[in-house]
Amino acid sequence: MATQPEVLAGDIAFGPQTRHRGLWSQAWQRLLHNKLALAAGILLAAIVIVAILTSFSNTVERYDPAAVDYSHRNAGPSTSHFFGTDNLGRDTWSRSWEGMRVSLKIGLGTQVVVLLIGLSVGAGAALGGRFTDGLLMRFTDLTYAFPDLLAIILLRAILSGRDWPLIGTGDPQIPGLSGIVLQMILAIALVSWVTIARLVRGQMLSLKEADYVMAARSMGASTRRIVFSHMLPNTLGPVIVAVTFGIPLAIFAEAVLGFIGFSLQPPAASLGTLINQGYAYYRVNEWMLLVPTVGIAILMLCFTFLGDGLRDALDPRSRR
Amino acid sequence: MTTREGSCLRQLPPTILQLESQGPPLMAAYVLRRLLVLIPLLWAVATITFFLMHAVPGGPFQGDKAMPPDLLARMNDKYGLNDNIGTQYINFLDNTIHGDLGISYATQQPVVKRIKDGFPATMQLGISAFIFAIVVGLVLGVLSAVNQNGFFDYVGVFIATIGAAIPSFVVALLLILLFSLKFHWFNVIGWQFGDYKSMTLPIVALGLLPAAYIARITRASMLEVLRQDYIRTAQAKGLKPLQIINRHALRNALVPVLTVAGPIFAGLITGSFIIEYTFAINGIGTAFVDAVELRDYGMIMGTVLLYAFAIAICNMLVDVSYGFVDPRIRY
Repeated sequence: MATQPEVLAGDIAFGPQTRHRGLWSQAWQRLLHNKLALAAGILLAAIVIVAILTSFSNTVERYDPAAVDYSHRNAGPSTSHFFGTDNLGRDTWSRSWEGMRVSLKIGLGTQVVVLLIGLSVGAGAALGGRFTDGLLMRFTDLTYAFPDLLAIILLRAILSGRDWPLIGTGDPQIPGLSGIVLQMILAIALVSWVTIARLVRGQMLSLKEADYVMAARSMGASTRRIVFSHMLPNTLGPVIVAVTFGIPLAIFAEAVLGFIGFSLQPPAASLGTLINQGYAYYRVNEWMLLVPTVGIAILMLCFTFLGDGLRDALDPRSRR
Repeated sequence: MTTREGSCLRQLPPTILQLESQGPPLMAAYVLRRLLVLIPLLWAVATITFFLMHAVPGGPFQGDKAMPPDLLARMNDKYGLNDNIGTQYINFLDNTIHGDLGISYATQQPVVKRIKDGFPATMQLGISAFIFAIVVGLVLGVLSAVNQNGFFDYVGVFIATIGAAIPSFVVALLLILLFSLKFHWFNVIGWQFGDYKSMTLPIVALGLLPAAYIARITRASMLEVLRQDYIRTAQAKGLKPLQIINRHALRNALVPVLTVAGPIFAGLITGSFIIEYTFAINGIGTAFVDAVELRDYGMIMGTVLLYAFAIAICNMLVDVSYGFVDPRIRY
C-alpha cells in the first residue's frame, strides 16, 4: 500500500541531487556548523590521543610519572621538563598526562555505569506498571535527597580497602582500570544516575502514547520490538546530551575528592590528587598547582561546550 | 543552556508542584503537608546513612596508631559500638528524636555543639555567596539582554560560559595564586565576618558558578520578555528605558530565576565544604571532611542530616514562593 507514494517521493524530493538525510546525519551536520562545539570536540580528541600516546610511547611520555629525581626538585619549566618537576623531582608533564588519563577514565566509566542504572530504572519505572513506577521513583527521590558530594565521599570510604573482585585491593584485575579507579567510578555513578533515570522515564512515558508506537502495537509488534526499535532510539538524543554533561560533573567530583585527599593516593596521579599536592607546595612551586588546575578547567570547558553543541544539534527546537 | 546549578552534581529536577486547579489558596495547608513529608524523608536519609556509615571498614578508634586491644574494647564498650547493629540503630533513633546526635569520638565534644560552632561560618559564607550570585548574575544577564549582540553581551556571555565550566575550588586556587600570592590584596586562609580581606575570595570562588548560571537564565528570559507586546506598549507611552526594565521586564523575567534559586542555595550550602576546606574555614563542611577521615559516626550523621534538611527546606521555599510571583498558581 505504501509503495506508490514512496516511489513518487523518491523520484521527486530525494533525487540524485538532494541526498536523503536522516535524523543523525542532520544532527551531525548541525554539530559541524557549531564552531565552539567543533573546536571543543577537536581539542578533546587531541587530548585523548596524547593521553593514550603517553601510556604507550616513552618519547611522548618522556619520563616515568612515578620516577623520583632528587637532583631536580621543584624545577621550573624547561626544555627537558616542559612543566617543571615536583617536590620529589617527578616530571609534571608526565604526571599531568597520567592524571588526564585517570580523569577521562573516571568521566567516561562513570557514564557507562550511570547509563546502565539510569536506563534500567527509568525504563523499568515507565514500563513496569504503577507499583514498580511508584517504588522506583520513591527510590530515585530518596537518592536525590542525599547531599551528592557527601554521599560520594561516604560511598568511596565504604568501597575502599576491601578484597572484593575487580574493585578490591591488589593488582588491577582489568588492565588499565585499577581497583581504586573503579571504586571512584562506582561511588560517583551510584549517586549521579538520578538525572538519566528521570529523563528516560519521562521520555518513555510520553513515547508510550505517541502515535507511531500505537501504530506499531496495533500492527502486532511485540513489546520487546516496540521498546528496542521504537522507544529506546527516540530517548537516545536527550540521553546522549545528559551523558555528555555528566562527564565533566564526574571529572569534577573526582577532582573534589582528590583535592581533599580521598581519591587515588600518590605516587598514582589523578588531576585531583595532583591539585592536592600542588596546593601543599604552591608557595615553592606554583607550576605544580597551575598545570593540573588548568587541565581540569580545559577538560570541563570542552565537555560543556560539546554538550551545548550536541543539545542544539539533537534538539533544534531548544535553540535560542 | 547547561542544566547545572550551584555546585550540585546532578541536573535540575522537575519541580514537584502539586497543582490543584480549583479551590482557595491554602498555603498554610500546603506548607504543613510539605513539612510532614519531611519527616519520613529525613528518617529514610538517616537510616540509609546509618547503615552506610557502619559499612565503612574500620571503626572510629582504628586510626594511624593502633590502640592497645583492651583499651579499644573498653572504648567501643563505652560508646556502645559492641552492641549488635540493630540495638545501635534503635538507640541512635531514640537519641536523635530527643535532639542528641551523640558525641564526636574525635573531639569528645557533643556533635550538636560542633555543628552549632560551625553553622555561623557556613551560613555566612553560603548567604553572602548567594547574594553575590544573584546580584552579579542579574546585572550581567540584564546588561547582556539589553545590549543583545553588543559589547556587554559578549563580555557577559563570555564570563557566564567560563564561570559555568570551572569548578569552584579551581577558581579558588587560581584566585589565591593571583590575588593573594602575587598582589597580596586578600588573605590566603580564614574567615572573619565583616573583614573584606578574608571574605572576598571565598565568596567569589563559591558564588561565581551560580552567578554564571543565573546570568545565562536571566539573559534568556529577559530576551523572551523584551519581545512581548506590553513592553512595546510601555515604550509607546514614552516610559524611560530604565523604568521599562525595572517595572515591566525584569519582574516578569524573574520567574525562571526563582525556579533555580532554591537548588542554587542548597548547592551553595552543601558545596561550600570544598571552599571551607580550601580556605581553612571552620564550618560544617570542614567538620564533615574530618569526620569521614576519622570514621566519626556521629559527626557524619549530623552533617548529612543537616544538609538533607537544608536542601528539602530550600526546595519547599521555592515551591511556596511561586505563589507570590505567579498568582495563577494555587496550592
